[in-house]
Amino acid sequence: MNTTLETSTNTLSAKEPSWLAERRSAGLDQFKKLGMPTARAEEWRFASVGKLSIDNFNPVAAPSSATLDALTERSNLVSDRAGLMVYVDDAPANFECIGSELAKQGVIYLPISEAVEQHPDLMEKYFLQESTELGSQKFFGLHAATVKAGAVLYVPKGVEIEKPFVNYYWTSGSRAAVFPHTLIIAEDNSKASVVDIFFSETEENEALNISVSNIHAGANAQVFRKVVQDWNEKTVSFQLDTTVADRDAQVKNVAVNIGAERARFENQTRIEGAGADVKMYSLTVAEGTQEFDQRTFQTHNAPNAVSDLLYKNALLDNSRTIFSGLIKVAEGSQQTDAYQTNRNLLLDPSADANALPGLEILANDVRCSHGATTGNVDKEELFYMMQRGIPQRVAMQLMVFGFFEEVIEKIDSEELVENLRQLIHQKFSGKIS
Amino acid sequence: MNHSLEVKNLHVSIDGQAILKGFNLTVPKGEVHALMGPNGTGKSTLAKVMAGHEDYIVESGEVLLDGVNILGQEPDEISHAGLFLAFQYPMEIPGVSIANFIRAAKQARLPEGEEINAIEYYKELYAKMDALKMDRKFTARSLNEGFSGGEKKRCEILQMAMLDPKYCVMDETDSGLDIDALRIVSEGVNLMRSEDRAFLVITHYQRLLDYIVPDVVHVMFDGRIVHSGDKELAKELESKGYDWVKEAFATASA
Repeated sequence: MNTTLETSTNTLSAKEPSWLAERRSAGLDQFKKLGMPTARAEEWRFASVGKLSIDNFNPVAAPSSATLDALTERSNLVSDRAGLMVYVDDAPANFECIGSELAKQGVIYLPISEAVEQHPDLMEKYFLQESTELGSQKFFGLHAATVKAGAVLYVPKGVEIEKPFVNYYWTSGSRAAVFPHTLIIAEDNSKASVVDIFFSETEENEALNISVSNIHAGANAQVFRKVVQDWNEKTVSFQLDTTVADRDAQVKNVAVNIGAERARFENQTRIEGAGADVKMYSLTVAEGTQEFDQRTFQTHNAPNAVSDLLYKNALLDNSRTIFSGLIKVAEGSQQTDAYQTNRNLLLDPSADANALPGLEILANDVRCSHGATTGNVDKEELFYMMQRGIPQRVAMQLMVFGFFEEVIEKIDSEELVENLRQLIHQKFSGKIS
Repeated sequence: MNHSLEVKNLHVSIDGQAILKGFNLTVPKGEVHALMGPNGTGKSTLAKVMAGHEDYIVESGEVLLDGVNILGQEPDEISHAGLFLAFQYPMEIPGVSIANFIRAAKQARLPEGEEINAIEYYKELYAKMDALKMDRKFTARSLNEGFSGGEKKRCEILQMAMLDPKYCVMDETDSGLDIDALRIVSEGVNLMRSEDRAFLVITHYQRLLDYIVPDVVHVMFDGRIVHSGDKELAKELESKGYDWVKEAFATASA
């Protein structure tokens, strides 16, 4: 176990309110008490847990102002936005706060530390109150004990904001451990959009990420969260995300996953109000020896609601993906529509895609489906494209982009879509030959 | 220079079974030749082998475009050399729009570093779609995905028109078409007939040849051409049926 990580938590809690100090201390206990994942645990089935280590990563000192400025400069995937926060190794690098119009309407967009100081009641109600229960509880504990960087977005009743809030979380220092946090609270009839972006400064800086995001969508609220994960391939990453949807809330999550040596995703959606509609879309490009480990849980605790999950993975080289999803429909949650689909495209015979879809249904009037498919590039499709004069490498790229189009088309920003296409392109350049 | 598509003594097998058994054919530029024959006689194999499909084993022989052998080249190289194959069953490519697909095919013909002119490209694309009575909205649709049989074949002709090949091989383009679609597709082909281009129209039915009138008709049976004649041969074939071919030529080829 890592002692530096623990001591850094003690200094945080000194000036903080007691409720937060308690949550940090409970987190630390949880981190210490629980063991590292084992291959025997169902929640870690197929994952290469033997190679999983969080030792030797530590919170690091804030980078030089030159680095902060340089990375702020590079934080440019989305130019038309309502607000921007940039963190580097969990140190604040830049903060474009909201305009006076939104502030007047009661919108809050603040770094976590300031939100705790200025809005203690709100934070006590929501901060660190939701966690995934899909195997990474130990890491959530460490996050709770350590978190200091992150964005809080609060949108009051009836306020609709079209432009997105953009949060950048960079790593830079040697063997840095980062614990970014995004908290989104959308009150009844409100509308908000957030983009979370995870980047590394270079291809070489090793890092550990344990990030958490929590979405609370009130009655009839609309929340759209886009996540771009493009860590370098020396990063071990845990993204632990939850969504709680109240009555008639509409929540859409779109994730684009490109980076990290090993990336674990836990996504837990709880539908607590009738008529809610939650969409979870994800696309992943895996190459080299990357491993993407995706665990999802859709819970329906209310009737007439929809949840729809689509995870698409394209695998190159010796990369691996694991998808394990569960839908649980509680008793009384009649007229539920719950879907779960995992599609894997193997571009290389030595790539390895694993799928474990699951259902648990306690209501009797529901429509649920789950399915997983894994397939290779269709040789006849390739021949068809090449007959038109398209070289094999370009044809493969077109097919992969075509495969992803179903997810990419869900993203509403043309600029972001174009930038994501570029990122995926870069990953492919020279890869498919 | 020899301005023709020439197939010389072609022997092809798949999984150890001989399909083409000494196939010979010459289609000079400016002409339209029809290749007819019963099912299972090797017509589609010929088309795929010429296009460079990797599943077939060429035992011997040559396929020459303007005197240059293309056998052994990659499918995209053969395409660049000027051969276009209109597929009997065009593939559906999810998520790849018609506009992007044809654009990639045209881009691949440009020298390194040169970019296609988007405005000119769309102008040309729309004009050719109009000629084929295709809705312009189709450009944004995924290639062939959910298309009707007629739409797929029109899309093949659109690609052929956009890529301007010297040699067009059309594999059973008429199958699955109603008369209206057949007329539109045939008009598209007839517009492309020129002194600089040759067509090999593979079909099972004479009907297509009422619309695309061939200069020469070949009858194929058991892996080779057994009889050739003018357009009247197609009508004779239609009235006598393929059993006539089998009876007349089975002994000859045995």
